[in-house]
Amino acid sequence: MNLYGVKAIYKFEMARMKRTIMQSVLSPVISTCLYFVVFGSAIGSRMGDIDNISYGAYIIPGLVMLSLLMQSISNASFGIYMPKFSGTIYEVLSAPVSYVEIVLGYVGAATTKAVILGLIILATAKLFVDYSILHPFWMFSFLVLTAMTFSLFGFIIGIWADGFEKLQIVPMMIVTPLVFLGGTFYSIDMLPEIWQTISLFNPVVYLISGFRWAFYGVSDVHVGISVGMTMVFLTMCMTAVWWIFKTGYRLRS
Amino acid sequence: MQPDISVKHLNKIYEDGFQALKDVNLEIYPGEIFALLGPNGAGKTTLISIICGIVNKSDGEVKAAGHDIVKQYRKAREAIGLVPQELNTDSFETVWDAVSFSRGLFGKAPKPAHIEQVLKDLSLWDKRNNRIMSLSGGMKRRVMIAKALSHEPRILFLDEPTAGVDVELRRDMWEMVRKLRENGTTIILTTHYIEEAEEMADRIGVIRQGEIILVEDKNRLMSKLGKKELRLQLQQKLDKLPGELTLEPIELSEDGYELIYTFDSQQQQAGVARLLRTLGDLDIEYRDLQTRESSLEEIFVGLVHE
Repeated sequence: MNLYGVKAIYKFEMARMKRTIMQSVLSPVISTCLYFVVFGSAIGSRMGDIDNISYGAYIIPGLVMLSLLMQSISNASFGIYMPKFSGTIYEVLSAPVSYVEIVLGYVGAATTKAVILGLIILATAKLFVDYSILHPFWMFSFLVLTAMTFSLFGFIIGIWADGFEKLQIVPMMIVTPLVFLGGTFYSIDMLPEIWQTISLFNPVVYLISGFRWAFYGVSDVHVGISVGMTMVFLTMCMTAVWWIFKTGYRLRS
Repeated sequence: MQPDISVKHLNKIYEDGFQALKDVNLEIYPGEIFALLGPNGAGKTTLISIICGIVNKSDGEVKAAGHDIVKQYRKAREAIGLVPQELNTDSFETVWDAVSFSRGLFGKAPKPAHIEQVLKDLSLWDKRNNRIMSLSGGMKRRVMIAKALSHEPRILFLDEPTAGVDVELRRDMWEMVRKLRENGTTIILTTHYIEEAEEMADRIGVIRQGEIILVEDKNRLMSKLGKKELRLQLQQKLDKLPGELTLEPIELSEDGYELIYTFDSQQQQAGVARLLRTLGDLDIEYRDLQTRESSLEEIFVGLVHE
Protein backbone atom coordinates (compact mmCIF):
# COMPACT_ATOMS: atom_id res chain seq x y z
CA MET A 1 0.00 0.00 0.00
CA ASN A 2 1.24 3.49 -0.88
CA LEU A 3 0.87 5.08 2.55
CA TYR A 4 3.03 8.05 1.59
CA GLY A 5 0.63 8.70 -1.28
CA VAL A 6 -2.41 8.56 1.00
CA LYS A 7 -0.67 10.83 3.48
CA ALA A 8 0.30 13.31 0.76
CA ILE A 9 -3.30 13.67 -0.47
CA TYR A 10 -4.63 13.80 3.10
CA LYS A 11 -2.15 16.48 4.17
CA PHE A 12 -2.78 18.49 1.02
CA GLU A 13 -6.52 18.51 1.69
CA MET A 14 -6.12 19.34 5.37
CA ALA A 15 -3.83 22.21 4.41
CA ARG A 16 -6.64 23.53 2.21
CA MET A 17 -8.87 23.62 5.30
CA LYS A 18 -6.30 25.73 7.14
CA ARG A 19 -6.07 28.12 4.20
CA THR A 20 -9.83 28.50 4.00
CA ILE A 21 -10.68 28.46 7.71
CA MET A 22 -13.27 31.24 7.31
CA GLN A 23 -15.18 29.32 4.70
CA SER A 24 -14.58 25.80 6.04
CA VAL A 25 -15.09 26.34 9.75
CA LEU A 26 -16.20 29.79 10.83
CA SER A 27 -18.97 30.23 8.30
CA PRO A 28 -20.87 26.97 9.09
CA VAL A 29 -20.31 27.43 12.82
CA ILE A 30 -21.74 30.96 12.73
CA SER A 31 -24.76 30.01 10.63
CA THR A 32 -25.53 27.03 12.90
CA CYS A 33 -25.18 29.29 15.94
CA LEU A 34 -27.83 31.55 14.42
CA TYR A 35 -30.19 28.55 14.37
CA PHE A 36 -29.39 27.91 18.03
CA VAL A 37 -30.06 31.54 18.91
CA VAL A 38 -33.29 31.83 16.91
CA PHE A 39 -34.84 28.38 17.30
CA GLY A 40 -33.13 27.35 20.52
CA SER A 41 -33.03 30.42 22.74
CA ALA A 42 -35.58 32.83 21.24
CA ILE A 43 -38.43 30.82 19.73
CA GLY A 44 -37.52 27.56 21.48
CA SER A 45 -38.27 28.98 24.94
CA ARG A 46 -41.89 29.54 23.86
CA MET A 47 -42.35 26.08 22.39
CA GLY A 48 -43.33 22.93 24.20
CA ASP A 49 -41.03 20.01 24.88
CA ILE A 50 -40.84 17.13 22.44
CA ASP A 51 -40.45 13.67 24.04
CA ASN A 52 -39.73 15.52 27.31
CA ILE A 53 -36.77 17.31 25.74
CA SER A 54 -36.65 21.08 25.51
CA TYR A 55 -37.10 22.27 21.92
CA GLY A 56 -33.70 23.98 21.89
CA ALA A 57 -31.97 20.75 22.87
CA TYR A 58 -34.17 18.64 20.59
CA ILE A 59 -33.02 20.37 17.40
CA ILE A 60 -29.28 20.16 18.20
CA PRO A 61 -28.68 16.71 16.62
CA GLY A 62 -30.53 17.75 13.45
CA LEU A 63 -28.62 21.02 13.13
CA VAL A 64 -25.30 19.31 13.69
CA MET A 65 -26.32 16.77 11.06
CA LEU A 66 -27.26 19.56 8.65
CA SER A 67 -23.77 21.10 8.86
CA LEU A 68 -22.11 17.71 8.84
CA LEU A 69 -23.85 16.61 5.64
CA MET A 70 -23.29 19.91 3.84
CA GLN A 71 -19.63 20.15 4.81
CA SER A 72 -18.88 16.49 4.08
CA ILE A 73 -20.30 16.88 0.60
CA SER A 74 -18.70 20.27 0.03
CA ASN A 75 -15.22 19.26 1.26
CA ALA A 76 -15.04 16.04 -0.72
CA SER A 77 -16.61 17.38 -3.91
CA PHE A 78 -14.32 20.43 -4.01
CA GLY A 79 -11.34 18.26 -3.07
CA ILE A 80 -11.60 16.13 -6.20
CA TYR A 81 -13.25 18.71 -8.48
CA MET A 82 -10.52 21.34 -8.11
CA PRO A 83 -7.70 19.13 -9.47
CA LYS A 84 -10.01 18.26 -12.37
CA PHE A 85 -10.75 21.93 -12.94
CA SER A 86 -7.13 23.09 -12.69
CA GLY A 87 -5.74 20.10 -14.58
CA THR A 88 -3.52 18.90 -11.72
CA ILE A 89 -5.49 15.64 -11.63
CA TYR A 90 -2.91 14.32 -14.13
CA GLU A 91 -0.50 13.90 -11.25
CA VAL A 92 -2.85 11.77 -9.16
CA LEU A 93 -3.80 9.66 -12.17
CA SER A 94 -0.18 9.04 -13.13
CA ALA A 95 0.97 8.27 -9.57
CA PRO A 96 1.36 4.74 -8.20
CA VAL A 97 -1.76 5.04 -6.06
CA SER A 98 -4.73 2.69 -6.23
CA TYR A 99 -8.26 4.03 -6.30
CA VAL A 100 -8.72 2.85 -2.72
CA GLU A 101 -5.76 4.99 -1.70
CA ILE A 102 -7.04 8.00 -3.64
CA VAL A 103 -10.42 7.67 -1.91
CA LEU A 104 -8.74 7.20 1.48
CA GLY A 105 -6.81 10.42 1.00
CA TYR A 106 -9.62 12.63 -0.27
CA VAL A 107 -12.55 11.13 1.61
CA GLY A 108 -10.46 10.63 4.77
CA ALA A 109 -9.57 14.31 4.81
CA ALA A 110 -13.14 15.41 4.05
CA THR A 111 -14.44 13.15 6.83
CA THR A 112 -11.90 14.49 9.31
CA LYS A 113 -12.79 18.07 8.47
CA ALA A 114 -16.53 17.41 8.79
CA VAL A 115 -16.10 15.59 12.12
CA ILE A 116 -13.95 18.41 13.50
CA LEU A 117 -16.60 20.89 12.40
CA GLY A 118 -19.38 18.79 13.96
CA LEU A 119 -17.54 18.69 17.28
CA ILE A 120 -16.91 22.45 17.18
CA ILE A 121 -20.61 23.06 16.53
CA LEU A 122 -21.54 20.75 19.40
CA ALA A 123 -19.18 22.58 21.72
CA THR A 124 -20.53 25.95 20.55
CA ALA A 125 -24.13 24.79 21.09
CA LYS A 126 -23.36 24.47 24.79
CA LEU A 127 -23.09 28.25 24.91
CA PHE A 128 -26.73 28.64 23.88
CA VAL A 129 -28.61 25.50 24.87
CA ASP A 130 -28.25 22.99 27.69
CA TYR A 131 -28.08 19.44 26.39
CA SER A 132 -26.63 16.06 27.35
CA ILE A 133 -25.26 13.08 25.43
CA LEU A 134 -26.62 9.75 26.67
CA HIS A 135 -24.48 7.50 24.43
CA PRO A 136 -21.24 9.37 23.61
CA PHE A 137 -19.71 6.38 21.81
CA TRP A 138 -22.71 6.01 19.52
CA MET A 139 -22.94 9.75 19.03
CA PHE A 140 -19.33 9.83 17.82
CA SER A 141 -19.84 6.69 15.73
CA PHE A 142 -22.87 8.22 13.99
CA LEU A 143 -20.90 11.41 13.46
CA VAL A 144 -17.99 9.59 11.81
CA LEU A 145 -20.13 7.16 9.82
CA THR A 146 -22.36 9.91 8.46
CA ALA A 147 -19.41 12.16 7.64
CA MET A 148 -17.70 9.28 5.84
CA THR A 149 -20.82 8.32 3.90
CA PHE A 150 -21.57 11.84 2.75
CA SER A 151 -17.94 12.57 1.99
CA LEU A 152 -18.06 9.58 -0.36
CA PHE A 153 -21.25 11.02 -1.81
CA GLY A 154 -19.51 14.38 -2.24
CA PHE A 155 -16.56 12.67 -3.91
CA ILE A 156 -18.97 11.17 -6.46
CA ILE A 157 -20.54 14.59 -7.06
CA GLY A 158 -17.08 16.12 -7.52
CA ILE A 159 -16.23 13.57 -10.20
CA TRP A 160 -19.61 13.88 -11.89
CA ALA A 161 -19.65 17.69 -11.90
CA ASP A 162 -18.28 19.45 -14.96
CA GLY A 163 -18.92 22.94 -13.63
CA PHE A 164 -19.22 24.81 -10.35
CA GLU A 165 -22.99 25.01 -10.70
CA LYS A 166 -23.34 21.24 -10.61
CA LEU A 167 -21.24 21.14 -7.44
CA GLN A 168 -23.87 23.26 -5.73
CA ILE A 169 -27.02 21.70 -7.19
CA VAL A 170 -27.09 18.48 -5.18
CA PRO A 171 -26.29 19.97 -1.74
CA MET A 172 -28.62 22.95 -2.18
CA MET A 173 -31.49 21.44 -4.15
CA ILE A 174 -31.59 17.93 -2.71
CA VAL A 175 -29.70 17.54 0.55
CA THR A 176 -30.88 20.75 2.27
CA PRO A 177 -34.61 20.04 1.67
CA LEU A 178 -34.13 16.44 2.78
CA VAL A 179 -32.51 17.61 6.02
CA PHE A 180 -35.20 20.20 6.73
CA LEU A 181 -37.93 17.65 6.00
CA GLY A 182 -36.03 14.85 7.78
CA GLY A 183 -36.98 15.74 11.33
CA THR A 184 -34.38 18.36 12.17
CA PHE A 185 -36.94 20.69 13.70
CA TYR A 186 -39.65 18.21 14.65
CA SER A 187 -40.40 14.58 15.35
CA ILE A 188 -41.99 12.86 12.38
CA ASP A 189 -44.60 11.54 14.85
CA MET A 190 -45.98 15.10 14.82
CA LEU A 191 -46.82 14.80 11.09
CA PRO A 192 -50.10 13.47 9.65
CA GLU A 193 -49.89 9.73 8.98
CA ILE A 194 -49.50 10.05 5.23
CA TRP A 195 -46.53 12.42 5.64
CA GLN A 196 -45.02 10.09 8.22
CA THR A 197 -45.06 7.32 5.61
CA ILE A 198 -43.62 9.63 2.93
CA SER A 199 -40.90 10.74 5.37
CA LEU A 200 -39.69 7.18 5.73
CA PHE A 201 -38.46 7.42 2.12
CA ASN A 202 -36.19 10.27 3.17
CA PRO A 203 -32.81 8.71 4.09
CA VAL A 204 -31.91 11.70 6.26
CA VAL A 205 -34.73 10.78 8.66
CA TYR A 206 -32.74 7.69 9.68
CA LEU A 207 -29.52 9.64 10.17
CA ILE A 208 -31.11 12.32 12.35
CA SER A 209 -33.19 9.81 14.26
CA GLY A 210 -30.20 7.64 15.09
CA PHE A 211 -28.08 10.64 15.99
CA ARG A 212 -30.81 12.03 18.25
CA TRP A 213 -31.12 8.64 19.93
CA ALA A 214 -27.41 8.83 20.82
CA PHE A 215 -28.11 12.15 22.58
CA TYR A 216 -31.42 11.56 24.34
CA GLY A 217 -32.36 7.91 23.90
CA VAL A 218 -35.45 8.84 21.82
CA SER A 219 -35.87 8.26 18.11
CA ASP A 220 -38.41 8.33 15.30
CA VAL A 221 -37.29 4.94 14.02
CA HIS A 222 -35.45 2.10 15.77
CA VAL A 223 -31.74 2.86 16.10
CA GLY A 224 -30.87 -0.47 14.48
CA ILE A 225 -32.75 0.60 11.34
CA SER A 226 -30.89 3.93 11.41
CA VAL A 227 -27.53 2.16 11.51
CA GLY A 228 -28.68 -0.26 8.81
CA MET A 229 -29.87 2.51 6.47
CA THR A 230 -26.65 4.45 6.96
CA MET A 231 -24.68 1.32 6.07
CA VAL A 232 -26.86 0.77 3.00
CA PHE A 233 -26.16 4.31 1.77
CA LEU A 234 -22.45 3.89 2.55
CA THR A 235 -22.38 0.67 0.53
CA MET A 236 -24.18 2.34 -2.37
CA CYS A 237 -21.64 5.17 -2.39
CA MET A 238 -18.71 2.75 -2.21
CA THR A 239 -20.14 0.76 -5.11
CA ALA A 240 -20.53 3.94 -7.18
CA VAL A 241 -16.92 4.96 -6.44
CA TRP A 242 -15.70 1.48 -7.33
CA TRP A 243 -17.56 1.73 -10.66
CA ILE A 244 -16.14 5.21 -11.33
CA PHE A 245 -12.57 4.01 -10.96
CA LYS A 246 -13.20 0.77 -12.80
CA THR A 247 -14.58 2.57 -15.84
CA GLY A 248 -12.53 5.76 -15.48
CA TYR A 249 -15.78 7.75 -15.64
CA ARG A 250 -14.90 11.44 -16.12
CA LEU A 251 -11.35 10.73 -14.95
CA ARG A 252 -9.60 8.65 -17.59
CA SER A 253 -10.66 8.83 -21.23
CA MET B 1 19.39 -4.56 -23.45
CA GLN B 2 15.89 -4.41 -21.95
CA PRO B 3 14.07 -1.29 -23.08
CA ASP B 4 12.83 1.22 -20.49
CA ILE B 5 9.73 1.78 -22.57
CA SER B 6 8.24 -0.96 -24.67
CA VAL B 7 5.09 -0.37 -26.71
CA LYS B 8 3.63 -3.18 -28.80
CA HIS B 9 0.66 -3.00 -31.15
CA LEU B 10 -0.83 -0.10 -29.21
CA ASN B 11 -4.17 1.25 -30.37
CA LYS B 12 -6.31 3.98 -28.93
CA ILE B 13 -9.83 4.69 -30.05
CA TYR B 14 -11.68 7.40 -28.12
CA GLU B 15 -15.37 7.12 -27.25
CA ASP B 16 -16.32 9.34 -30.17
CA GLY B 17 -14.71 6.81 -32.50
CA PHE B 18 -11.57 8.83 -33.25
CA GLN B 19 -8.56 6.55 -33.56
CA ALA B 20 -5.67 8.46 -32.01
CA LEU B 21 -3.08 5.67 -32.20
CA LYS B 22 -2.78 2.94 -34.81
CA ASP B 23 -0.71 -0.15 -34.08
CA VAL B 24 2.14 1.78 -32.46
CA ASN B 25 5.34 -0.15 -31.78
CA LEU B 26 8.21 1.54 -30.04
CA GLU B 27 11.16 0.75 -27.82
CA ILE B 28 13.16 3.31 -25.89
CA TYR B 29 16.37 2.26 -24.21
CA PRO B 30 17.88 3.21 -20.84
CA GLY B 31 19.84 6.43 -20.78
CA GLU B 32 18.83 7.71 -24.20
CA ILE B 33 17.14 10.95 -25.14
CA PHE B 34 14.33 10.12 -27.50
CA ALA B 35 12.52 12.89 -29.33
CA LEU B 36 9.02 12.20 -30.52
CA LEU B 37 8.08 14.57 -33.29
CA GLY B 38 4.81 15.06 -35.03
CA PRO B 39 2.37 17.74 -36.08
CA ASN B 40 -0.49 18.86 -33.84
CA GLY B 41 -3.01 16.07 -33.26
CA ALA B 42 -0.61 13.37 -34.43
CA GLY B 43 -0.99 11.37 -31.19
CA LYS B 44 2.13 12.35 -29.23
CA THR B 45 0.32 13.38 -26.06
CA THR B 46 -2.08 10.43 -26.26
CA LEU B 47 0.87 8.04 -26.46
CA ILE B 48 2.59 9.67 -23.47
CA SER B 49 -0.67 9.81 -21.52
CA ILE B 50 -1.26 6.09 -22.02
CA ILE B 51 2.26 5.17 -20.90
CA CYS B 52 1.86 7.38 -17.81
CA GLY B 53 -1.58 5.99 -16.91
CA ILE B 54 -3.67 9.09 -17.59
CA VAL B 55 -5.49 7.66 -20.61
CA ASN B 56 -6.70 4.07 -20.99
CA LYS B 57 -5.38 2.09 -23.95
CA SER B 58 -7.81 0.33 -26.24
CA ASP B 59 -5.50 -2.49 -27.21
CA GLY B 60 -1.87 -3.54 -27.11
CA GLU B 61 0.86 -3.91 -24.52
CA VAL B 62 2.88 -1.18 -22.82
CA LYS B 63 5.71 -1.68 -20.37
CA ALA B 64 7.67 0.92 -18.43
CA ALA B 65 10.92 -0.09 -16.72
CA GLY B 66 9.99 -3.68 -17.57
CA HIS B 67 6.60 -3.54 -15.84
CA ASP B 68 3.22 -3.77 -17.50
CA ILE B 69 1.48 -0.40 -17.07
CA VAL B 70 -1.83 -2.08 -16.15
CA LYS B 71 -0.97 -5.27 -14.27
CA GLN B 72 2.07 -3.81 -12.48
CA TYR B 73 1.02 -0.19 -12.56
CA ARG B 74 2.65 0.71 -9.26
CA LYS B 75 6.14 -0.40 -10.32
CA ALA B 76 5.68 1.10 -13.78
CA ARG B 77 4.48 4.48 -12.53
CA GLU B 78 7.09 4.72 -9.77
CA ALA B 79 9.71 4.76 -12.51
CA ILE B 80 8.10 7.59 -14.48
CA GLY B 81 8.15 11.34 -14.08
CA LEU B 82 5.91 13.45 -16.30
CA VAL B 83 6.06 17.10 -17.24
CA PRO B 84 2.80 17.69 -19.12
CA GLN B 85 2.28 20.14 -21.90
CA GLU B 86 -0.18 22.39 -20.08
CA LEU B 87 0.89 24.57 -17.15
CA ASN B 88 -1.28 22.72 -14.66
CA THR B 89 -0.15 23.80 -11.23
CA ASP B 90 -1.68 24.37 -7.85
CA SER B 91 -2.03 28.06 -7.17
CA PHE B 92 -2.09 28.41 -3.41
CA GLU B 93 0.62 25.92 -2.44
CA THR B 94 4.20 27.00 -1.91
CA VAL B 95 6.84 25.64 -4.27
CA TRP B 96 8.33 23.50 -1.50
CA ASP B 97 4.97 22.01 -0.48
CA ALA B 98 3.95 21.29 -4.05
CA VAL B 99 7.18 19.48 -4.85
CA SER B 100 7.11 17.58 -1.54
CA PHE B 101 3.51 16.57 -2.26
CA SER B 102 4.56 15.03 -5.56
CA ARG B 103 7.30 12.98 -3.90
CA GLY B 104 4.86 11.61 -1.33
CA LEU B 105 2.23 10.88 -3.97
CA PHE B 106 4.73 8.68 -5.79
CA GLY B 107 5.28 6.65 -2.64
CA LYS B 108 8.65 8.00 -1.60
CA ALA B 109 9.63 8.85 1.97
CA PRO B 110 10.41 12.53 2.60
CA LYS B 111 13.95 13.48 1.51
CA PRO B 112 14.39 17.21 1.98
CA ALA B 113 17.98 17.10 0.72
CA HIS B 114 16.81 15.81 -2.67
CA ILE B 115 14.03 18.38 -2.94
CA GLU B 116 16.55 21.08 -2.06
CA GLN B 117 18.93 19.86 -4.76
CA VAL B 118 16.20 19.73 -7.40
CA LEU B 119 15.04 23.25 -6.53
CA LYS B 120 18.60 24.54 -6.64
CA ASP B 121 19.26 22.85 -10.00
CA LEU B 122 16.19 24.54 -11.41
CA SER B 123 16.97 27.94 -9.85
CA LEU B 124 13.86 27.68 -7.69
CA TRP B 125 15.53 27.61 -4.30
CA ASP B 126 14.96 31.32 -3.66
CA LYS B 127 11.29 30.86 -4.53
CA ARG B 128 10.69 27.81 -2.33
CA ASN B 129 8.40 29.65 0.10
CA ASN B 130 6.53 31.55 -2.63
CA ARG B 131 3.04 30.56 -3.60
CA ILE B 132 2.97 29.14 -7.11
CA MET B 133 0.38 31.68 -8.21
CA SER B 134 2.94 34.44 -7.67
CA LEU B 135 5.46 32.91 -10.10
CA SER B 136 5.98 33.76 -13.76
CA GLY B 137 5.08 31.28 -16.49
CA GLY B 138 8.68 30.19 -16.90
CA MET B 139 9.05 29.62 -13.17
CA LYS B 140 5.84 27.60 -13.10
CA ARG B 141 7.28 25.44 -15.86
CA ARG B 142 10.34 24.86 -13.67
CA VAL B 143 8.07 23.90 -10.77
CA MET B 144 6.41 21.29 -12.97
CA ILE B 145 9.79 19.84 -13.83
CA ALA B 146 10.77 19.85 -10.15
CA LYS B 147 7.57 17.98 -9.30
CA ALA B 148 8.32 15.39 -11.98
CA LEU B 149 11.85 14.91 -10.63
CA SER B 150 10.84 14.87 -6.97
CA HIS B 151 10.58 11.08 -6.76
CA GLU B 152 13.83 10.42 -8.62
CA PRO B 153 12.30 8.74 -11.68
CA ARG B 154 14.46 6.71 -14.06
CA ILE B 155 12.25 7.70 -17.01
CA LEU B 156 11.26 11.30 -17.63
CA PHE B 157 8.60 12.42 -20.11
CA LEU B 158 8.82 16.02 -21.23
CA ASP B 159 5.76 16.94 -23.25
CA GLU B 160 6.57 20.20 -25.03
CA PRO B 161 8.70 21.35 -22.08
CA THR B 162 9.91 24.58 -23.58
CA ALA B 163 6.70 25.76 -25.19
CA GLY B 164 6.34 29.45 -24.44
CA VAL B 165 9.51 29.83 -22.40
CA ASP B 166 12.27 32.30 -23.11
CA VAL B 167 15.56 31.44 -24.75
CA GLU B 168 17.53 31.52 -21.50
CA LEU B 169 15.20 29.11 -19.76
CA ARG B 170 15.20 26.85 -22.80
CA ARG B 171 18.99 26.66 -22.70
CA ASP B 172 18.85 25.97 -18.94
CA MET B 173 16.44 23.13 -19.54
CA TRP B 174 18.57 21.61 -22.23
CA GLU B 175 21.48 21.72 -19.82
CA MET B 176 19.37 20.07 -17.14
CA VAL B 177 18.24 17.35 -19.53
CA ARG B 178 21.82 16.58 -20.45
CA LYS B 179 22.75 16.31 -16.76
CA LEU B 180 19.85 13.95 -16.15
CA ARG B 181 20.96 11.78 -19.03
CA GLU B 182 24.48 11.70 -17.63
CA ASN B 183 22.96 10.32 -14.43
CA GLY B 184 21.28 7.56 -16.42
CA THR B 185 17.76 8.96 -16.75
CA THR B 186 15.90 7.99 -19.90
CA ILE B 187 14.27 11.03 -21.45
CA ILE B 188 11.38 11.10 -23.86
CA LEU B 189 10.78 14.50 -25.33
CA THR B 190 8.03 15.81 -27.52
CA THR B 191 8.61 19.19 -29.03
CA HIS B 192 7.55 21.56 -31.73
CA TYR B 193 11.02 23.07 -31.72
CA ILE B 194 12.86 20.77 -34.07
CA GLU B 195 16.00 22.66 -33.12
CA GLU B 196 15.51 21.21 -29.64
CA ALA B 197 15.40 17.64 -30.92
CA GLU B 198 18.35 18.31 -33.20
CA GLU B 199 20.33 19.72 -30.29
CA MET B 200 19.60 17.01 -27.74
CA ALA B 201 18.10 13.79 -29.06
CA ASP B 202 19.94 10.54 -29.64
CA ARG B 203 17.06 9.04 -31.56
CA ILE B 204 14.08 10.53 -33.31
CA GLY B 205 10.61 9.09 -33.73
CA VAL B 206 8.12 10.67 -36.08
CA ILE B 207 4.41 10.15 -35.55
CA ARG B 208 1.80 11.12 -38.10
CA GLN B 209 -1.95 10.57 -37.81
CA GLY B 210 -1.46 8.09 -34.98
CA GLU B 211 1.17 6.02 -36.72
CA ILE B 212 4.87 5.89 -36.02
CA ILE B 213 6.29 6.41 -39.48
CA LEU B 214 9.94 6.45 -38.57
CA VAL B 215 12.31 5.72 -35.68
CA GLU B 216 15.95 6.38 -36.38
CA ASP B 217 19.21 7.41 -34.81
CA LYS B 218 19.36 11.18 -35.22
CA ASN B 219 22.72 11.32 -36.98
CA ARG B 220 21.81 8.43 -39.26
CA LEU B 221 18.48 10.07 -40.03
CA MET B 222 20.11 13.32 -40.98
CA SER B 223 22.66 11.55 -43.07
CA LYS B 224 20.10 9.26 -44.70
CA LEU B 225 17.31 11.72 -45.37
CA GLY B 226 19.23 14.95 -45.23
CA LYS B 227 20.12 16.89 -48.34
CA LYS B 228 23.15 18.99 -48.99
CA GLU B 229 23.16 22.02 -51.14
CA LEU B 230 26.10 23.49 -53.03
CA ARG B 231 25.73 27.05 -54.26
CA LEU B 232 28.20 28.41 -56.80
CA GLN B 233 28.31 32.14 -57.48
CA LEU B 234 29.32 32.56 -61.10
CA GLN B 235 31.70 35.12 -62.58
CA GLN B 236 29.47 35.58 -65.58
CA LYS B 237 25.75 35.34 -66.09
CA LEU B 238 24.33 32.21 -67.73
CA ASP B 239 21.21 32.54 -69.84
CA LYS B 240 20.33 28.89 -69.48
CA LEU B 241 21.64 25.69 -67.95
CA PRO B 242 24.20 24.08 -70.27
CA GLY B 243 23.05 20.74 -71.71
CA GLU B 244 25.93 18.87 -70.00
CA LEU B 245 24.46 19.81 -66.61
CA THR B 246 20.81 19.01 -67.22
CA LEU B 247 21.18 15.43 -66.01
CA GLU B 248 22.38 16.64 -62.60
CA PRO B 249 19.95 17.82 -59.85
CA ILE B 250 21.01 21.36 -60.53
CA GLU B 251 19.17 24.64 -60.94
CA LEU B 252 20.09 28.02 -62.29
CA SER B 253 18.97 31.02 -60.24
CA GLU B 254 16.60 33.52 -61.82
CA ASP B 255 19.29 36.17 -62.21
CA GLY B 256 21.58 33.60 -63.89
CA TYR B 257 24.47 34.20 -61.50
CA GLU B 258 24.06 31.18 -59.22
CA LEU B 259 24.05 27.43 -59.68
CA ILE B 260 22.33 25.41 -56.96
CA TYR B 261 23.24 21.73 -56.77
CA THR B 262 21.27 19.50 -54.36
CA PHE B 263 22.55 16.06 -53.44
CA ASP B 264 22.16 13.31 -50.87
CA SER B 265 24.53 13.58 -47.93
CA GLN B 266 25.78 10.06 -48.64
CA GLN B 267 26.69 10.71 -52.28
CA GLN B 268 28.45 14.00 -51.83
CA GLN B 269 31.99 13.13 -52.90
CA ALA B 270 31.31 11.77 -56.36
CA GLY B 271 28.62 14.29 -57.37
CA VAL B 272 30.45 17.46 -56.36
CA ALA B 273 33.70 16.38 -57.97
CA ARG B 274 31.89 15.53 -61.21
CA LEU B 275 30.07 18.85 -61.22
CA LEU B 276 33.23 20.88 -60.67
CA ARG B 277 35.04 18.95 -63.43
CA THR B 278 32.16 19.59 -65.83
CA LEU B 279 32.18 23.31 -65.04
CA GLY B 280 35.92 23.37 -65.69
CA ASP B 281 35.41 21.61 -69.04
CA LEU B 282 32.75 24.17 -69.99
CA ASP B 283 34.97 27.13 -68.93
CA ILE B 284 32.33 28.29 -66.46
CA GLU B 285 34.14 30.17 -63.74
CA TYR B 286 32.84 30.78 -60.25
CA ARG B 287 33.99 33.31 -57.68
CA ASP B 288 32.61 31.67 -54.52
CA LEU B 289 30.93 28.51 -53.31
CA GLN B 290 28.93 27.57 -50.24
CA THR B 291 27.53 24.31 -48.92
CA ARG B 292 24.57 23.94 -46.59
CA GLU B 293 23.14 20.83 -44.94
CA SER B 294 19.37 20.48 -44.52
CA SER B 295 18.15 20.77 -40.97
CA LEU B 296 16.14 18.20 -39.06
CA GLU B 297 13.24 20.58 -39.46
CA GLU B 298 13.36 20.28 -43.22
CA ILE B 299 13.61 16.50 -42.96
CA PHE B 300 10.65 16.48 -40.55
CA VAL B 301 8.52 18.69 -42.75
CA GLY B 302 9.35 16.46 -45.72
CA LEU B 303 8.35 13.34 -43.77
CA VAL B 304 5.05 14.54 -42.38
CA HIS B 305 3.91 16.00 -45.68
CA GLU B 306 4.71 12.93 -47.74
